[in-house]
Amino acid sequence: MLKIENLHVSVGDKPILKGLNLEINAGEVHAIMGPNGAGKSTLSHVLSGKPGYNITEGKVTYMGQDLLDMDPEIRAREGVFLAFQYPVEIPGVSNIYMLKAALNSIRKHHGLDEVDAMDFLTMVKDKIKLLEMDEKFLYRAVNEGFSGGEKKRNEILQAAILEPKMCILDETDSGLDIDALKVVAEGVNSLRSTERSFLMITHYQRLLDYIKPDIVHVLADGQIVKSGGPELALELEAKGYQWVEGQAA
Amino acid sequence: MSSSAKEVENLIAQEYTQGFVTDIEVETFPPGLDEEVIAKLSKIKNEPEFMLEYRLKAFRHWQTMKDPDWAQLNIEPIDYQAISYYSAPKKDSDKPQSLDEVDPELLDTYKKLGIPLDEQERLAGVAVDAVFDSVSVATTFKGKLKDAGVIFCPISEALQEYPELVKQYLGTVVPEGDNFFAALNAAVFTDGSFVYIPKGVRCPMELSTYFRINAANTGQFERTLIIADEDSHVSYLEGCTAPMRDENQLHAAVVELVAMKNAEIKYSTVQNWYPGDENGVGGIYNFVTKRAECRGDNAKVSWTQVETGSAITWKYPSCVLLGDNSVGEFYSVALTNNYQQADTGTKMIHIGKNTKSTIISKGISAGKAQNTYRGLVKVGKGAENARNYTQCDSLLVGDRCGAHTFPYVEVKTPSAQVEHEATTSKISEDQLFFCQQRGLSAEDAVSMIVNGFCKEVFKELPMEFAVEAQALLGISLEGSVG
Repeated sequence: MLKIENLHVSVGDKPILKGLNLEINAGEVHAIMGPNGAGKSTLSHVLSGKPGYNITEGKVTYMGQDLLDMDPEIRAREGVFLAFQYPVEIPGVSNIYMLKAALNSIRKHHGLDEVDAMDFLTMVKDKIKLLEMDEKFLYRAVNEGFSGGEKKRNEILQAAILEPKMCILDETDSGLDIDALKVVAEGVNSLRSTERSFLMITHYQRLLDYIKPDIVHVLADGQIVKSGGPELALELEAKGYQWVEGQAA
Repeated sequence: MSSSAKEVENLIAQEYTQGFVTDIEVETFPPGLDEEVIAKLSKIKNEPEFMLEYRLKAFRHWQTMKDPDWAQLNIEPIDYQAISYYSAPKKDSDKPQSLDEVDPELLDTYKKLGIPLDEQERLAGVAVDAVFDSVSVATTFKGKLKDAGVIFCPISEALQEYPELVKQYLGTVVPEGDNFFAALNAAVFTDGSFVYIPKGVRCPMELSTYFRINAANTGQFERTLIIADEDSHVSYLEGCTAPMRDENQLHAAVVELVAMKNAEIKYSTVQNWYPGDENGVGGIYNFVTKRAECRGDNAKVSWTQVETGSAITWKYPSCVLLGDNSVGEFYSVALTNNYQQADTGTKMIHIGKNTKSTIISKGISAGKAQNTYRGLVKVGKGAENARNYTQCDSLLVGDRCGAHTFPYVEVKTPSAQVEHEATTSKISEDQLFFCQQRGLSAEDAVSMIVNGFCKEVFKELPMEFAVEAQALLGISLEGSVG
């Protein structure tokens, strides 16, 4: 589904990613762990097309297409979804309006008719229960006045409605208490399918207790320095990042 | 160039969709203005004697006045002798009595504007008085309104049919010497709408007027007078478009509203005059005086405006709150893009006791445009317990535009309460990226964010206008990101 080859990315003159390789097949859940400044968020931003990054080398192939050549909205319509680490607020625009506009732009891209308003409402109400959110959230402005946990749940709700193929979760566990973490994890787990892949970016092993990854990667100094099964995350938790950083050097 | 940048380029290349010229025979005065021109105009319109006197008085006053220069606007000097003050379809010797008699080309024009009269007649209760250049060509739904006792007709017709009524109210809210443009309008206005709602009548439908400037080098000076007698209610909608021309055209209108005891007038405007091209060439000068008087107790006037067009907008719909407990409201969205300039706001003059006013102003500036809110809240000595709430928000799109706010407050009553809140914000890169990451184009994202910003005003618009206003904002913002 997603193949990253020898990816080099700089911000200004400063290289952040230095030859990153990663392949994710359909239905797989990958976790990327790593210390601060390793380039985890840069990777999620580059994959989703956020401006401000210089791609100096390498390529990314998504579903057989050159991902880096696509505009951010085209990537989104083709099924790349980023759950933001810091979801933004949009005053005056209700959550449900934004969701419907987003879903319709994706449907239009695939040659489908706009979703029927009643069908849409039924679907949204269904999914909102899954994330234990109050229906009132639908009519509030996007993320405005939401708590940290509510914002993160809202991100997963958006994924549940837009049904992406490639889900990138950028530190979705940050700022969540344990109860909220469980709810968010359940939401993510319910989205797992053989056709949908996940790339989870996290600092801590904690999230992986609730969302079991197939493969764990360690990102340090702009490269994947180690990959393994779920047991790698536990080992990392026990030994600390210095362990892998030592290996990289 | 990325494909989204290309999309934006294409959108910019799109022409002003209402910028076509209708090719029909017109009768036009040669340019120039003197007492003779005014006399000729008054004669052509077969006006009663008092109108000629009124016009000449205004003209003489106007000659002693100077263009106002206090607004935050950059206006090229206007040569008032280079403007023609009258233009009308030639066939006005025999005014059309029904749509069948209207020049088909003219009807086609309205169709391009999206207001097919024949369809609108069937639409849910909207009566349209269409003003084409200077003469009203078609007035619909007259019968139904007549049954309710409502008078809704071109002001030129009202001068023939109800001269006493017009004489009683014309110029009583905006006197003929009120300001430079109002004086000019009083001297040369050619047509406009007249509405009278009798005592105790709730107007059975929304009244709507579309104005349109067609002939080149003509100023349009329309005059609207709405009187809501005691215990009556009316909602009036006004929409404006104009064809695309390189020269600037002057539009100096006057709107007077009179609300008697317990009466309510809701006046909504969607103004989309030609704004000029992306280099600031051409466009309408929209210099308008709109004022309402709440003459009786418990009267209420509400102005709602969505201003997206015109090269320059100079406009301050105001309320004089004379009656005790009377209410004035002003809800405004003013959007400027490219080189457009707007200096707009309101005046709320509290005179009666317990009078209340609300001002919600949303200014959006994109491109290289300048957008100014200018508002006056004045509470006189006798206006005990008067209350005003003002909220004034500005939104910037890009970093080459400007937003300015000039609130003036004068309070002479200790028991008055005046509140003012103001914010300025910018559409952030993060907001744009978030929306794009959810599948929306940058243009749609900006449009959605701006519509969200304007929500409080849009909810005051009648349903069909709210939809139009939202679409209009999207069109007007084209090319603002990229």
